[in-house]
Amino acid sequence: MTFRTASDMGLLPCEACGLVCRDEASVSAPCCPRCEAPLHRRKHDSVRRSWAFLIAAALLYIPANALPIMHTQTLLYNQQNTILGGIRVLWQEGSWDLALIVFIASICVPILKIVALTVLLISSRRQSRWARRGRARLYRLLEFVGQWSMLDIFVVALLVSLVDFHTVAEVHAGPGAVAFGAVVVLTMLASMSFDPRLIWDESPTVSTS
Amino acid sequence: MQASKFIVCEHCDVVYQRADLARKQTALCVRCGAELYRGPTMQLQTMLALVVTSLVVFVIANVYPLVAMDMHGVENHSTLLGAIGAAWNTGVGSIAVLAALTVFLFPLTQILLLGYLLGSLLILHRKPFGFIDIMHALRLMRPWSMVEVFLIGALVAVVKIAGMAEVHAEPGLYALGVLTFLLTVVNAFDLRLLWDARERLPE
Ligand SMILES: [Zn+2]
Ligand SMILES: [Zn+2]
Repeated sequence: MTFRTASDMGLLPCEACGLVCRDEASVSAPCCPRCEAPLHRRKHDSVRRSWAFLIAAALLYIPANALPIMHTQTLLYNQQNTILGGIRVLWQEGSWDLALIVFIASICVPILKIVALTVLLISSRRQSRWARRGRARLYRLLEFVGQWSMLDIFVVALLVSLVDFHTVAEVHAGPGAVAFGAVVVLTMLASMSFDPRLIWDESPTVSTS
Repeated sequence: MQASKFIVCEHCDVVYQRADLARKQTALCVRCGAELYRGPTMQLQTMLALVVTSLVVFVIANVYPLVAMDMHGVENHSTLLGAIGAAWNTGVGSIAVLAALTVFLFPLTQILLLGYLLGSLLILHRKPFGFIDIMHALRLMRPWSMVEVFLIGALVAVVKIAGMAEVHAEPGLYALGVLTFLLTVVNAFDLRLLWDARERLPE
């Protein structure tokens, strides 16, 4: 089965409002007549921006997991928790269901995003024909799960405000939380920058313009 | 320059001709499987009612505390804005800003702007002022609106404290649950319908 793409037909779909416009070669910087957004055949500078966000996220992922995200101080104990440590505590207290949710949201989702985007970027660079439909589905999954890794950040913010009984019990946020928040935002930006149409592009004429 | 009988898959660039769909039908891309568009799902009037309800629930969720915690006779209540303020005060400003934007500012702005657009299109039958900029803002804010994640976060926080002190849910948390449901519906709304609604109005 052959498909006709918008690039083949000389059409330019607007990313912002969905309007399909004609690609007129005479216009150097075309804009959407309906919403005034600039029209690009592919997302502007997609690959380079996606790599930049992705590499930054991968680097920050290390301090996000190594540094404590939370510091609990009570009369009885003084405890610093990393993300993984917090999950272990939840598990030991018997809330295995919540431990599982936090594990998926804070550990699995960021790793999945970083690994999957790397695979997508490299395979589309090589114009690989391998598992295109699967890769397209993987990208849609990334867009869907991205925000859920923010879960631990919100937990910390709530604990900080709730557990505030001077000297008796106090919770402070740690530097790991800041790094982790940055990882979540950066991975979201990385997957937003990637253009899934690159998975399907074959002709070198359709470059990342 | 326009070619409105066509629809282009946003995920793989394949061009299709638009066909009318029945209710609850969805057109999927044959090549990559992404959703192209849906049949008539909801009347714009219903959408406006949902947006107004969301605004009311949003206010309730922010006025009432989410959780209360009791320790040695001292009681602490936590509202959403209180949590954000506490995060700010303890020196993790970036987290406070992140939470303020994704759980408070973006959802609230979305509700207000969508209400304004739907209201002037449906009730005043007028092209809303600043329509194009608002549509861009709505599209850009959508992925950064995270009330549902915050709701699960609040549940995790309650369980974590339960070992330390007595905690119980307050009205704000229930309102937040309702708001999550409402915003899920609001966020699934196809913004292209608003472009169409504006074009249907006479000049
Ligand atoms: Zn447009
Ligand atoms: Zn497609």
